[in-house]
Amino acid sequence: MIYYAMQRFLLSVLIVIVAISALTLMLHVVPGDPATMMLGARATPELIEQTRVAMGLDQPLPVQIVTFFGRILQGNLGTDVFTGRDVSDIVFEQLPYTLVLIAVSILWSATLGIVLGCYSALRAGTWLDTLLGILSVGTISIPAFVMALYAVLIFAVSLDWLPAIGAGQGFFGGAVHLILPAFAIGISWVGYVARMVRASMLEVMGAPHVRMARSFGLTEARIVRVYILKIAVQPAVTLLGTGVAHLFSAAVFVEVIFARPGIGALIVSSVNERNYPVVLGAVLVTTAIIVLATLVSDLVVALLDPRQREAL
Amino acid sequence: MSQVQTAVSLPQPTLLARTLQGLAGNRTGTIGFFLVALILAAAIFAPWISPYDPAAIMTGPRMAPPSFDHWLGTDHIGRDLFSRVLAGGQVAMLVAAAALGAALSLGLALGLMAGLGPRWLDNLLLLLFDALRSFPTIVFGLAVVALVGPSLLTVIMVVAITSVPIYARIIRTQAQALRNAEFVMAERAMGASLPRVLFVHVLPNVLGPLLILASMDVPLVIATEAGLSFLGMGVRPPTPSWGVILNDGYNFIRNSPWPVIAGSVPIVLVTLGFTFMGEALRDIFDPRLQKAN
Repeated sequence: MIYYAMQRFLLSVLIVIVAISALTLMLHVVPGDPATMMLGARATPELIEQTRVAMGLDQPLPVQIVTFFGRILQGNLGTDVFTGRDVSDIVFEQLPYTLVLIAVSILWSATLGIVLGCYSALRAGTWLDTLLGILSVGTISIPAFVMALYAVLIFAVSLDWLPAIGAGQGFFGGAVHLILPAFAIGISWVGYVARMVRASMLEVMGAPHVRMARSFGLTEARIVRVYILKIAVQPAVTLLGTGVAHLFSAAVFVEVIFARPGIGALIVSSVNERNYPVVLGAVLVTTAIIVLATLVSDLVVALLDPRQREAL
Repeated sequence: MSQVQTAVSLPQPTLLARTLQGLAGNRTGTIGFFLVALILAAAIFAPWISPYDPAAIMTGPRMAPPSFDHWLGTDHIGRDLFSRVLAGGQVAMLVAAAALGAALSLGLALGLMAGLGPRWLDNLLLLLFDALRSFPTIVFGLAVVALVGPSLLTVIMVVAITSVPIYARIIRTQAQALRNAEFVMAERAMGASLPRVLFVHVLPNVLGPLLILASMDVPLVIATEAGLSFLGMGVRPPTPSWGVILNDGYNFIRNSPWPVIAGSVPIVLVTLGFTFMGEALRDIFDPRLQKAN
């Protein structure tokens, strides 16, 4: 298990390095000079030169990449060219809002999805199973940002039950402001997880070890909990791990639509200002988190199922 | 010889007949097929169907609800929403075709290289695929837009690059399996060149499942296009896109729900249509794939 974990960890580090290099390379392959693009057409040549030096763009490319990696290892993501603040300060100021949003969305949707999927599989073929199936397909078909727009339309504009703007003050205010955004992100995951858990439950329920357990006279509740669910939940865990990337994408829209602070809103506003250091820093941190999430989900699956540890 | 063959061969249904038969026998497949046909027809014939110029302002009152004059109502500057939805469908289909075409050909090339090439190349490409996959599509798209500016071409590029790893991985696995298949080994033993094996045997075996997967990815591509356009980072405003319609609707969401409804319903229909059709096609042609997904 430790050997497996080490292997996965090294691979993850390698992936982050390649991803970062790809991004920095892209910055240089793209035609046009970032400093000129950023300052606009009316900037003086002196100002452009000054910004180029400030961003380190006057150095040769290999030197730039090496210094970039050196800086990242020191936890320095560069400075915001407009305000002069550290990019890491700006990013880590916004990050908690997004992480809380994603965590709440994933928690409620995974819990409900597993319960519904389990229920559906145990009652496969009944009208309730069919209804849940239709509902899951329906929710999966609606992209998160469309769902967010409808959440605003129905619950904030028409019914006026819940707030739709900002992150709220204090714990209670924050929680109330989280309801609609977390609903919009999570709802399609309920469908995904439920469908996946249902399918793998049905598969595991026919497995020989379950028949064996039943013939030993174990209670149905124990069979489901210990012998079926533990295996059946694996595809869902993998899905949630790789799904963190989709959750970040969804968070971008939800933060813009609900005017919430967060890393997605930060990226959108920095792209609008063409603030490259902030865009790069934010994308970097997001990518690292996603790779970490994939690693964690792989390790959880390996913990649940020894067979997975051998296949890298 | 040829006479013997004709005598033995049974009447084989054509590929098209088999497909249509399979779709007809599957309820959701039929629904999906008709939805896709409807959407494609609407996109192709949009210039002839649309009652107004999609960019013409004040064709009627502002933010009017649906009526006989304006089937889906009008937006905040009185543009006809039905005409705009049709024009947006054209953009969406164009992006989907171009991006998936590019992703498929790039994925095919890289996947074959990884699957049939030397081990180090395989490992290198796999690492590259994993790295590319670790960017969230929208976040990666925004980073690219920051660098090259928003345009239709940028959207196509972003979608193509983020989908390449998925196809390349599948092709790699298939190519590796086929490389050791008996009929391929026999062919090689008879002195066939690598290109012949690739194009005559490997490609046809890989292409079918791949096209089905690509058709199921259409909704994803369209959601990405609409999403980027919604953020103002995709298709630029004079060109209508479902995302642009949704953004206009969002800005005036307290005045009228109709623009949001008009912009979102087509996205949902596209998703349902292509998903249902893709699932049905997959079941017809390759029952094994059903489990793999």
